[in-house]
Amino acid sequence: MTDHLLEVRNLSVRFHTAQGFVNAVNDVSWHLDRGETLAILGESGSGKSVSSSAIMNLIDCPPGEITSGEILFDGQDLLQLDNEARRALNGKRIAMIFQDPMSHFNPVYTVGWQIEETVTAHGRPAAQARARALELVKRVGIPDPEGALNKYPHEFSGGQRQRLMIAMALALKPDILIADEPTTALDVTVQAEVLTLLHELQDETGMGLVLITHDLGVVADVADRLVVMEKGCIVETGRPHDIYHNAQHPYTRKLIAAAPGKGVMRQPDPSAAPILCVQGLQKSYGTFHALSGVTFDVRRGETLAVVGESGSGKSTIARLVLRLESSSGGKALWKGEDLLTKTPKEMSKVRREIQMVFQDPTQSLNPKMTVFQIISEAWAIHRDVLPKDKWRARVEELLDQVGLEAGHAERYPHQFSGGQRQRIAIARALALEPELIICDEAVSALDVSIQAQVIELLGKLRDDLGIAFIFIAHDLPVVRDFADRVLVMKSGEIVEDGSVEQIFEAPRKPYTKRLLAAGLDPDPAVQKQRRDARLAL
Amino acid sequence: MKNRIGQRAISSLISLFGLVILVFFLSRLTGDPSALFLPVDASESMRENFRELHGLNDPLLVQFGHYVGDLLRGDFGDSLRRARPALDVVLEAFVWTLQLAAITMTLVTIAAIVVGSIAAFKVGSLFDRAASLLSLIGASAPDFWIAIVAIVVFSLQLGWLPTSGTGTVWHWVLPITILFLRPFGLILQVVRGSMLTALGSAYVKTARAKGVKNNRLIFVHTLRNAMLPVITVIGDQAAALLNGAVIVETIFGFPGVGKLMIDAILQRDFNVILAAIMVTALAIFIMNLLIDLAYAILDPRIRT
Repeated sequence: MTDHLLEVRNLSVRFHTAQGFVNAVNDVSWHLDRGETLAILGESGSGKSVSSSAIMNLIDCPPGEITSGEILFDGQDLLQLDNEARRALNGKRIAMIFQDPMSHFNPVYTVGWQIEETVTAHGRPAAQARARALELVKRVGIPDPEGALNKYPHEFSGGQRQRLMIAMALALKPDILIADEPTTALDVTVQAEVLTLLHELQDETGMGLVLITHDLGVVADVADRLVVMEKGCIVETGRPHDIYHNAQHPYTRKLIAAAPGKGVMRQPDPSAAPILCVQGLQKSYGTFHALSGVTFDVRRGETLAVVGESGSGKSTIARLVLRLESSSGGKALWKGEDLLTKTPKEMSKVRREIQMVFQDPTQSLNPKMTVFQIISEAWAIHRDVLPKDKWRARVEELLDQVGLEAGHAERYPHQFSGGQRQRIAIARALALEPELIICDEAVSALDVSIQAQVIELLGKLRDDLGIAFIFIAHDLPVVRDFADRVLVMKSGEIVEDGSVEQIFEAPRKPYTKRLLAAGLDPDPAVQKQRRDARLAL
Repeated sequence: MKNRIGQRAISSLISLFGLVILVFFLSRLTGDPSALFLPVDASESMRENFRELHGLNDPLLVQFGHYVGDLLRGDFGDSLRRARPALDVVLEAFVWTLQLAAITMTLVTIAAIVVGSIAAFKVGSLFDRAASLLSLIGASAPDFWIAIVAIVVFSLQLGWLPTSGTGTVWHWVLPITILFLRPFGLILQVVRGSMLTALGSAYVKTARAKGVKNNRLIFVHTLRNAMLPVITVIGDQAAALLNGAVIVETIFGFPGVGKLMIDAILQRDFNVILAAIMVTALAIFIMNLLIDLAYAILDPRIRT
């Protein structure tokens, strides 16, 4: 008999879909011991969350079906227990937290009510629940704990919500905590704090932690053991350090190679002439200053990265320069002419020269239009760019340029994967032969390996076509590999402005230092040093 | 929230005033009341007297000025036909309509929420499909036709219920049943859809991971969230009933405000038309406020 805290043996789960059965996980086995952190690493569609859903009885059958395997906990096979017995374990012995704490809290009840519910759902008296909730909220470091209990989820920041989610999960001191992408939607500094909190709580309680993630940095930071998944199968298991330096499976090697932040840094070309000069750009919403006087230049063919955490105003710059929103002050000189005072007609001419690629290609491509229609729409608006009989050939040429096939022109966006959709969005931006492309978090929603491919494509376009980029991102390693210069933003102001080498190798401002220190390195050894250095900071 | 209610009140006042202008002049377009009120063989001087007496000879704008002045003093004028204050006539009828609407909407709300929630929880089951079919029939069948068939079957052939009028409890059964069908069908579909969305949401997953029991999952976690879109539709449907269910009231000879308005238009009883419209508009305004409040009570995100 096993002495592991939790053991998943030969688990296979499939889902019934319109296209027949889809195997979500195939013959998956792993185990977890007390006090240990197991990371399950995989990209979207790898089935990394499925075994946890099976443990928590969260798979709806149908359409799901557990075709084989057992899940041993306390010597019992969970899959043999009835629903009531499993409900009694959920929250009490095994708890779970999720990626997006906003949508995983019930919006119409206070967080205090929801934390207490974990306690009362398992038959403890309400008075005890209240005291426990207060204790937990204090422990996870929420300011004004008494007041916080009576607030609603939307009244907290993303990081606080995840702390509260952790408090809720730990209310009954479970033996196992499953964390499904717990820090993915959070800023780097907040991510580091939440991971540290999880680590501390694990030390205090001795619980086993299952951490599901797509991020090698997160693995390097907290995992004791690692399971790598691809397409529903486990391809590699071992210690993160061993796997990072000596991966056996080609997929793991590819994943490690794709991790950004290792390339040669680019040097800005000081001789290039500026094409966009932003001077004292401002934006206020009522009394809130989203952007308070930002000044910078973009030179021809240069890639300027704008980095910062959520609420720093980095996306506001893009929206103001493109006049998607009106500014509250300042200038944006495009080849010497102020974009912010142009009439709509004059602006329409400039729009051809400045294009944008958005974060989520699923939302930014019209689902009812074919790829041909999406790309050629630009020429229908700007009539003089290309005669209609040349549209077809040009669309095919653009598709080829972004690494898709000419035959894709008649398909609809939903027939493509996320990475392919972002390529279509890039082809659309290229249709008007712009001189500047603004990428607003253009690769953040993509899997690491896809992200690397899209970045490579953008780099190639930059070199071949001499396009300048404003690259808005929160992911520092990607910026390190791709940008020439970096603007670091915080609370609507530029904190630091320098070449990529200066920012990453010799940051001057404390905020930049903190931001860099909070970033996670995929190499467990490097990350350990970094963590120690950050905690000492 | 207080701001919102204030804004709502101000914009409602503005639309009420617009309504007064519109209805006043539109109703004048229907022609000269003296032709309807006096016998066909009335002399021109009798007609002239009638017009003079009711101020119909003044220029329209002057008439309008008088009317608005009276209105501000709370005087809606007299009914030409009944020679009583128009407001009294309207309020008498409105009480009937209000009762009819309130009883119908209460029954509709309870039935639609219960049936809709069960249908959503047992999605795809026989119960679900039967409920969907019934609601589709209810929402799409023409009420005048059902009303007439119901009278033929239940009143004339079976003799169980009175054909029309008021007086006993039995007189209410057919009008309420007919009025029930359409909003029940519509609201049931909204409840079902909304519950399905809520049951599939992330917070339900969290609650399941916490070990919350099924009935609590449905009635505590999802129902309150699912009610938000439902309330809007309930409001729409209630507003339609408050306007007076013209067809049903006419068929069943029910003395409600819908029937009163139609009669007043046919009789060119201008003051009654205006008073009726103002009273129902005010009622709908108050109901919208109540819906806003219900929203704020259910959803804390709206309160801020």
